[in-house]
Amino acid sequence: MKILVCISSVPDTTSKISFKDSSTFNADGIQFIINPNDEFGLTKALHIKEAGAATITVINVGLADTEPVIRKALAIGADDAIRINAQPTDAFFVATEIAAIAKQNNYDIIFAGKESIDYNGGMVAGMLGELLSVPSYTPCVGMELQATSVTVECLVDGGKEVQTSKLPVVVGGQKGLVEEKDLRIPNMRGIMSARTKPLQVVQPSASAHHELYKGFELPPAKAGCKMVSKDDVKELVNLLHKEAKVI
Amino acid sequence: MAILVVSENWGGNFKKSTYEAVSYANEIAKQMGTSTTALSIGNVSNETLQSLGKYGATKVLHAQHDKLNNFNVQVYASVIAEAAKKEGSQLIILSNTFAGKSLSPRVAMKLQAGLVTDAIALPSSVSPFVVRRKIFSGKAFSNVELTTAVKILALAPNSFHLVEANASATIENFTPSFNDADFVSQHKEFKKAGGAISITEAEVVISGGRGLKGPENWGMVEDLAKILSAGTACSKPVADMGWRPHHEHVGQTGIAIAPNLYIAIGISGAIQHLAGVNSSKVMVAINNDPEAPFFKAADYGIVGDAFEIVPKLIEAFKEYKSSLN
Repeated sequence: MKILVCISSVPDTTSKISFKDSSTFNADGIQFIINPNDEFGLTKALHIKEAGAATITVINVGLADTEPVIRKALAIGADDAIRINAQPTDAFFVATEIAAIAKQNNYDIIFAGKESIDYNGGMVAGMLGELLSVPSYTPCVGMELQATSVTVECLVDGGKEVQTSKLPVVVGGQKGLVEEKDLRIPNMRGIMSARTKPLQVVQPSASAHHELYKGFELPPAKAGCKMVSKDDVKELVNLLHKEAKVI
Repeated sequence: MAILVVSENWGGNFKKSTYEAVSYANEIAKQMGTSTTALSIGNVSNETLQSLGKYGATKVLHAQHDKLNNFNVQVYASVIAEAAKKEGSQLIILSNTFAGKSLSPRVAMKLQAGLVTDAIALPSSVSPFVVRRKIFSGKAFSNVELTTAVKILALAPNSFHLVEANASATIENFTPSFNDADFVSQHKEFKKAGGAISITEAEVVISGGRGLKGPENWGMVEDLAKILSAGTACSKPVADMGWRPHHEHVGQTGIAIAPNLYIAIGISGAIQHLAGVNSSKVMVAINNDPEAPFFKAADYGIVGDAFEIVPKLIEAFKEYKSSLN
């Protein structure tokens, strides 16, 4: 079984977001982590590996500054890594670059997150599925592997859709694929071995771009929270009806 | 050259998000001097299809076939791409629902189209084509330019109002040319979510956190939700402790929602929680800690014991509801 796990390097979930001159993300003092939705996929891949035989390759599209996050994935238990040396400007570019690698290697399962927590595009899993002509399941909240097939549970509006397919498939992970308590913290042995695991750097195959990000803005500051006395909850109902007009 | 808008039906009925998408498509169609064609996949009555006209669709392509009875991302994406080609559509609109999120990237790849998901406003300009979307889980916004000939937008539910156009729609049967290679994935079953109202679609969501002390205390959350026809949600620790099902967890690693009204009871308002709910139009925080971070993000707040406040609130909403009759 060959598994590919796509990972993004994203600002930690607790980061305060700001921009320099409204066109560049301000990375000063920001801690970067494996995109949480990708980490659920990586952890599921580790479960599959531990239940049978599998090799896990992680892949990232990014410049050299994403290597600490790639090394962390190796420290948690991935076997090797590929970094496509380019700025991940849009999902079309990222998916096309990853698909070019995937086509050469015949992976059985490709994990990508349902979305990255920075740009929230949620496109890479579906685009990869299309480029490889295989099913894409996203957001996937449950997965059971049989010998050559897989049964998955995906969120749809109003419930969960259960489907089954032969391999290969693309899975857009989120919490539920594994639980938060299953996520791993690298131990010292893992961190040491990650230093010597292969990390291959490849140049992009010059894909085109479809989306251009033109400047960033923060939401307008809130006017402030209007406090209502706990002894006068009727006032809240009144405000929601007359002022906020939401009921 | 019409704009193609993809409708979504569940059990033969359209949801509000579909009417929002049709309204949105039709406003752009006016801006671009073209018309709106809706695509409907699956079994829907002619009368229901006609309702798309109310929001501006002048033509409805109805793809109805045994092979389309269950959602299949590959099959549906092919049907949408084929319909877009048939109509010569340069712009395709979907809803950024779970189905829309999984379909839109595949359609974009098929048509080599640029795609903006989670679009929250009309294009600020159509040449160049620029649309606003949420990024960083609603902590920021960006204007995105699509540089391709064919463009796709997935509209965030509850971000665009309904606009009645009272057009009359011509219904046309559309038989797609099925491709066997698309039928790899097989439908096994649909598991309906427990809660009566889906939180991604609800206009009001009532949410509980650790402050409620235990799963046995959710009765009052459900009572409040019932009065307001609201969905029920919870914070991450509550789902992790198994007090509530995971599909109710809203936040950075749970589900992102955007109701008109979000009432958080006993939730401190950690940044990861706010990332899932900050698109709500109005937020109310009820917490016994006056320093809870939620009071910095909320529009209205009450400091006090939830076990004292929520029952009073239930009575107050009941009174309000009966005053409407």
